[in-house]
Amino acid sequence: MAKGRVSIVVERCKACGFCVEFCPTHVLALSSAFNSKGYHPPHVVNPDKCSGCDLCGMYCPDFAIYATKAAGGGDKK
Amino acid sequence: MTDCLNTDLLKNEIPDPGVNPVEQFLRSDRIPHIWCPGCGIGTTVNSFARALIESKIDLGSLALVSGIGCTGRVAGYVKLDSFHTTHGRAIPFATGLKLANPKLNVVVYSGDGDLSAIGGNHLIHAARRNIDLKVICVNNLIYAMTGGQTAPTTPDHSTTSTNPYGVFEPSFNLPHLVEAAGAVYVARWTTFHVRQLSRSISEAFKKKGFSFIEVISPCPTLYQRRNKLGDGLDAMKYYKEKSKVRNGAPTSEVGMTMTGEIIVGKFVDRERPDYLTLMKSQYTESLGERFVEQPEMVCS
Amino acid sequence: MNADLQKADPRGVLTGVHFMDGDHACCEGALAAGSRFAAGYPITPSTEVVERFAQRVPTVGGTFIQMEDELAASITLQGAVWGGAKAFTVTSGPGFSLMMEHIGYAAMTETPCVFVDVQRGGPSTGLPTLPAQADMMQAKWGSHGDYEIIALCPNSPQECFDLTITAFNLAEEYRVPVMFMMDECVGHMTEKVVIPPADQIDVMPRKHTRKSVEDYLPYGTNGDQVPEMAHAGEGYNFHVTGLTHDERGYPNMTPPVQDKLVRRLQSKIRDAADRIAMFEEEQIEGADVVVVSYGITSRVAQRAIEAARKKGLRVGKLRLITAWPFPEKKIRELAANVKAFVVPELNLGQMVREVERAAAGQAKTFAVSHAGGGVHNPEDILKVIVEASR
Repeated sequence: MAKGRVSIVVERCKACGFCVEFCPTHVLALSSAFNSKGYHPPHVVNPDKCSGCDLCGMYCPDFAIYATKAAGGGDKK
Repeated sequence: MTDCLNTDLLKNEIPDPGVNPVEQFLRSDRIPHIWCPGCGIGTTVNSFARALIESKIDLGSLALVSGIGCTGRVAGYVKLDSFHTTHGRAIPFATGLKLANPKLNVVVYSGDGDLSAIGGNHLIHAARRNIDLKVICVNNLIYAMTGGQTAPTTPDHSTTSTNPYGVFEPSFNLPHLVEAAGAVYVARWTTFHVRQLSRSISEAFKKKGFSFIEVISPCPTLYQRRNKLGDGLDAMKYYKEKSKVRNGAPTSEVGMTMTGEIIVGKFVDRERPDYLTLMKSQYTESLGERFVEQPEMVCS
Repeated sequence: MNADLQKADPRGVLTGVHFMDGDHACCEGALAAGSRFAAGYPITPSTEVVERFAQRVPTVGGTFIQMEDELAASITLQGAVWGGAKAFTVTSGPGFSLMMEHIGYAAMTETPCVFVDVQRGGPSTGLPTLPAQADMMQAKWGSHGDYEIIALCPNSPQECFDLTITAFNLAEEYRVPVMFMMDECVGHMTEKVVIPPADQIDVMPRKHTRKSVEDYLPYGTNGDQVPEMAHAGEGYNFHVTGLTHDERGYPNMTPPVQDKLVRRLQSKIRDAADRIAMFEEEQIEGADVVVVSYGITSRVAQRAIEAARKKGLRVGKLRLITAWPFPEKKIRELAANVKAFVVPELNLGQMVREVERAAAGQAKTFAVSHAGGGVHNPEDILKVIVEASR
């Protein structure tokens, strides 16, 4: 099971690509979906690899993503 | 086929402030902010937020002062007592704030043009006086807000809107300038160095005196684009590749060029009595019992 | 009398009968008003105000800092205001020019503070040690954009003391920068100055909010036009900006918000013009000519007025103590009943334009100009009074 889980605030994202690039375990990729401003937000492609380190959250200049340590498993809210 | 976004946050949901560390410090009603895609200013705010948490600063006694420019807009996005002042004058405003209420922790958060061009005089005098301020200088090597003009920090041969044929002026080496003027804490990081930046800010909070932390940050829209250096992500990769951490390096050696090495690290960490300490000591010596310490300036 | 007024803090009040010049009296006025912070930069003929403050304030409890230039001084004092202090700075023409951006910032952010301008000959470096009154229009219009300020003109060292207190009180009441328009003559003239006991001095406290953090709006007004203030470090987490802003203090750069804000900044002062206006009248009833003057010129004009009365002319005196907001209503009323206004000034015609504008053609207006560097010869004023009376 993944040690962490990523949350993405879709409407804040400007698709800069920092989170995708700097995630140490390549959890993310830019999606082909759009937010209402026309940007491609990231999406989780390797959920099991997420360690909850929150580097994505630290890099994101738009406060649009963050990771939390999963509480005993990565189930959705 | 378009990807379906597998996020558990609804389209307009604001994250729980308790979850994303930075959220509690944001005026969430004003996000998304105006900074461009790939601009690094927001990244510096993440480091700042984590420093605030880590250093357990009393937020009620924290004030943030900014000047004019892209970085100057930080004041408007943080949920603190924040002052968006005039171009170049964040430091003297912050000085007044600190001297009137020495209990305040005063942070100056502004850009390279604001702090070193129009604000240059105030920068060196505050460093000289060793006013207890924490200055975070986001250096994107350009005047971004106004459309990409040359700043005193713009590297040689860069193209800007006011040097369309290439900058030929030597640029400032800010750590060197500020150290010479008297700062007690001088560091430089880039927006790639998110953890180190956060640590430096925490260290600055523990210091009494003039602290200066320069953060090299991408300006994708003007600096990167006009100089064919790619976008914000390309800048971040360049910082990752070309930065060299040299803690304690002589600041005279940390000047920057357009595509060369970027020396980062904590360069100066020394002790000098701060302005208020010097003031109190001088008055005590000269006036003895006649010296009356400034009372709490509560005029309500 | 305003119910909010408090008594002065005796620690700052140098009670007694003194023999001091206007600059020194101004400093004592600031201390009596409760000011415990000044940021300054030396400039003749104003420097003595802060030199005295530098000497006095460490024994009263406060801070003086000499900044590296007027650009800094004029905003450092505002930082101190937001930190909780009553603060001021002191300058003359060239420094006043440098301070203009920050006077606008104070007006826009509604920062209560006092700017003392001890006027000297200009333009530019001009006559550093000699009097003039040529910054009067600049006091009102010097910064960019539409804004209002209050300007006071003392004509004696005693008034330099009394009216400095008034300046601080008005600044707090209206959350506005107040221009204290002295001149080199009044600043460097030595006269008797009586400083009363502290319990006879009324000071206006900071208009501090009592609202909770959740309810407080930094630029919201509750019926009146002046918002309540909070200071940094009290937990209100407010934002102050020079950008056009809404009631939350958040930048909102749209025409409707601009309209609402800037009109309020204007009407905050203009609507209270009658309450703010102070002037001294003498023999206005039945006058043919009214001499309108301020500052040192009012004392010279007094000589001319008396000489004119000896000649049998019916001359009234209107001394402006408040120059801005300009007492239009008073001039308009007088204009209906007098033949002419005579306006002597140590400049080539500044406040006279306001008199003429307010008179709206109902009475003639005669300027008695002087390029500065000295005071008028009373004869020159008398000559114009005689001409105006014909």
